[in-house]
Amino acid sequence: MSMSHGKNQAEQIREISGTNPLKCMKCGKCSATCPAFNEMDIKPHQFVSYVANNNVEELVKSESLWKCLSCFACVERCPRDVKPGKIIDAARQLVVRERGGSYLTADEIPELLDDETPQQLLVSAYRRYKR
Amino acid sequence: MKYSYYPGCTLKNKAKDLDAYARASAQALGFELEEIENWQCCGGVYPLGSDEIATKLSSVRALNEAKEKGQDLVTLCSACHHVIKRVNDDMKNVDDIRFRANNYLKLDTPYAGETKVVHFLELLRDTIGFDELKKRVVKPLTGKKIGAYYGCLLLRPSGILAFDDPENPKIMEDFIRALGATPVIYPYRNECCGGYISLKEKDMAKNMCDKITESASGFGADMLITACPLCMYNLNKSASKDIPVYYFTELLAEALGLKEEA
Ligand code: SF4
Ligand code: SF4
Ligand code: SF4
Ligand code: SF4
Repeated sequence: MSMSHGKNQAEQIREISGTNPLKCMKCGKCSATCPAFNEMDIKPHQFVSYVANNNVEELVKSESLWKCLSCFACVERCPRDVKPGKIIDAARQLVVRERGGSYLTADEIPELLDDETPQQLLVSAYRRYKR
Repeated sequence: MKYSYYPGCTLKNKAKDLDAYARASAQALGFELEEIENWQCCGGVYPLGSDEIATKLSSVRALNEAKEKGQDLVTLCSACHHVIKRVNDDMKNVDDIRFRANNYLKLDTPYAGETKVVHFLELLRDTIGFDELKKRVVKPLTGKKIGAYYGCLLLRPSGILAFDDPENPKIMEDFIRALGATPVIYPYRNECCGGYISLKEKDMAKNMCDKITESASGFGADMLITACPLCMYNLNKSASKDIPVYYFTELLAEALGLKEEA
């Protein structure tokens, strides 16, 4: 993967998210507050600096894409208004839109449901995990 | 007083109680919820990509319909509220989104965020008032120790949701007091239950819901209330602790003496 490609994709992530990772002062507050922290291979604050450094290849392979809950705890508590949750979502979008990636296939859905599953759960998961 | 009302897909199905008790209570409290015609599902999660338009249009349509009737738009499900309120903010403040969405929709008059989006709880607080609500209670829930579970969608991002103090909210506790019960404040009330993660990451959801329910019962709550069908599902399904979870509207209807009719 060439540097320019990485840069291009990092640019795309910045555009989709509409945020500026360079504002980050590496305080780690986003990771400290993240409820999915333990499950993430790349932690929220690291995610931000990967994008700032145009290092995208690692990110698009990251498990963190599918572990983030979009709960906005990091967005609310970031002292620099960097919005890490939006940056993670933008990387997820990049994977889903452009690489045909997905974390949910139609086949696997029936066995994930039970009698009480609210529509909201399916609709939300579809929107975050698929194109 | 008449309001436009956006029930959302889940309230037509798995969360019928949330809706039915709200309508009965609204009527008893003297306001009318007029369901938006032909509303479409909001999608459940706010599209975070700043370039997304198509996924926001169902919210814009609902907002515009309320505008045409000159009514505020009332929501009940935390997720619908979150999505519609944020899309409304985009329509008001983000030129590019307003321009492109209006291009798509070709409305007679462009929509620019004019509608006020009001969560049912906000209506109780700001229009009826909790003091007035207290006077209307006929069956006070005396002695019940209730933990408010806010979750995330009603509170964050607070700049846009402007619902309550995101780290120390009190609207649901005030609501609980108005019904004659005792609110239990516990640290995890505004932490996430896992949301959509429970579809595929059952362990993760369990972990998060355990923390919430253990925190609540550790501080003495006998039950939890929520405004969100997904919080309800996750807390019921994923938590090992057996603590009952109710929609806030069910307790409202009960305290207003409407439970049997709804
Ligand atoms: S909280 Fe904000 S400033 Fe701190 S590390 Fe995270 S993104 Fe950077
Ligand atoms: S939005 Fe994602 S990254 Fe941010 S705190 Fe929530 S789970 Fe963690
Ligand atoms: S949030 Fe839920 S219940 Fe509300 S319409 Fe949207 S998906 Fe359906
Ligand atoms: S707490 Fe759970 S379902 Fe409720 S608002 Fe947050 S993620 Fe959604």
